[in-house]
Amino acid sequence: MATAKKRRAPVSPLQWLTLLVVAAFVLVPFYTTALGGFKEIGELRVNPFGFPASWDPVRFVEILGGPRYFSSLWNSFLIAAGTVVLSTLVASMTAFALAHIKFFGSKFILGYLMLGLLFPAATGILPLFIKMRDLGMLDSQWGIVLVQVAFSVSFSVLLFHNFFKELPKELIDAARMDNCGYVRIYWYVTLPLCLPIIATVGVFNFVGSWNSFLLPLIVLNSEAKYTWPLGIMQFQGQFGSDWPRILAFLTLSIMPAIAFFLLAQRYVISGLTGGAVKG
Amino acid sequence: MASVAAGAEAAPGVVPRKRRFMERRSWIALLIFLPPSLILFTVFVVLPMIDAATFSFFNWNGYGPITDFVGFKNYDDVLTHRNFGTAVRNSLIVVAVSLLIQLPLAMWCAIALSERSVNINVLRTIFFLPFMLAEVAAGLIWKFVYDGNYGLLPIIGDTIGVEMPFVLADKFWVIPAIMLVITWKYFGFHMMIFIAGLQSIPSEVVEAARLDGVKKWQIVRHIKIPMIRSAIVISVFFAITGALQLFDIIIPLTNGGPSHTSHTIVTFLYQFGILRMKLGFGGAVSVLLFIACVVVALAYRRVLFRVEQT
Repeated sequence: MATAKKRRAPVSPLQWLTLLVVAAFVLVPFYTTALGGFKEIGELRVNPFGFPASWDPVRFVEILGGPRYFSSLWNSFLIAAGTVVLSTLVASMTAFALAHIKFFGSKFILGYLMLGLLFPAATGILPLFIKMRDLGMLDSQWGIVLVQVAFSVSFSVLLFHNFFKELPKELIDAARMDNCGYVRIYWYVTLPLCLPIIATVGVFNFVGSWNSFLLPLIVLNSEAKYTWPLGIMQFQGQFGSDWPRILAFLTLSIMPAIAFFLLAQRYVISGLTGGAVKG
Repeated sequence: MASVAAGAEAAPGVVPRKRRFMERRSWIALLIFLPPSLILFTVFVVLPMIDAATFSFFNWNGYGPITDFVGFKNYDDVLTHRNFGTAVRNSLIVVAVSLLIQLPLAMWCAIALSERSVNINVLRTIFFLPFMLAEVAAGLIWKFVYDGNYGLLPIIGDTIGVEMPFVLADKFWVIPAIMLVITWKYFGFHMMIFIAGLQSIPSEVVEAARLDGVKKWQIVRHIKIPMIRSAIVISVFFAITGALQLFDIIIPLTNGGPSHTSHTIVTFLYQFGILRMKLGFGGAVSVLLFIACVVVALAYRRVLFRVEQT
């Protein structure tokens, strides 16, 4: 009995130990960051891991009351929301056409869009900058949205296309028999059926946009339009090594993302691994 | 509404007319559905790559007509640039560390955490948390950890009695320090891919082996890992392409310093191409990076194909 039980224990003590060590490795930077905002600068040195001497949230209050924090988060949110709405629409329409309408060249178009998976968006960033300048899109939030939608098209179309192919063909055929046009089928039949994949693609693009740094960095000039990664870099540049203040700003900036992740975890993970593991 | 009425009239009628009617309709649908993505993708993804290739043969500052054709001089400038070699070397180190340290660590954790009988979702969430974090935020957090005056590293050094260097300002230590951050940031992502793969293995297979008395680590080595080969191939692919486009995390940590020793290919592109508006030079870097990515992608397709065959 004892041996049977022992063999069934799926995780050995050594594994547990390493898991806990790794967990500490992951969590300690978060933990010290969160507490650092409450500490005085000298306290960071003498009391790195313990609780702060006082829980006075003076720095947090100052940041929340300041001009930068909410405006940069709001800017990031607007860009991310715009990107999600547009990319969901654009990519699902294309994927629908490629999956359900038979026409000459559909394979070619799918292959063309999948070219985007071959190389990272950063590759063409310099000519992209010139192109946006010539189109008058510099310092424009819409410019960032459009470019991010373009960057996300390949992967989003891939996820939608995989999903649409699995939908029962009879459904589309039945709607066609009832003389329903493709546009109406897309809107009234397919979209309501694919809410899970919309959530996955949407969350994926939202996170990508929320965290993006290089594109806003080269596109945005005016501080009023800065997204939060730009805002935090600027804040850090301004306060040099006033670490308690920077850590407070960091804590406040990453909290929305962490809360969002804990809520939407399922979709994030299915977006990242679903497309990958199937292949 | 009018179109529906017209359809209702056509429906009981002759079949060929109806079909032609539908074909016209599907063309309308195609004209609505396809252009947005095709135009955006072409204008902002494909054309910039073609432009980069064009720019790379000219000496151009971004204004006025492009006339000053210089042949392969820009490529020569890039390849002989004293920091380009460092950037390529660093990117290769990132690949090596990802493959030799990050992926095995991810696999080790995934094997433990994929056991259905063990309810340790909390650990999974914790390990995945850094991946969700913006690179910029991760970079700043670790800049604090490494800070020579107020960070955690000097304190850890004090307690074990070692004088820690200012790692991010040290030409030798800066690379290992960045590698630790990258491992911290990305191993959870690979772990999730492995977990998804491991959980798709039919439990009967593992159960049968277990009943036959096969030891746990033999099951891992001879059954589980071979069965998730495709997940591993994908992980490797992401690790390589991720290393080739590493940028966001370097800027807050070191900005490429000290003395340009910690550049990756993209920070090199940013520092010497974009900030100085050297379009020809930047274009040449872009083309080289593009070729590297395509080679990796094609090689990967071959490997994946072979994995699926066996």
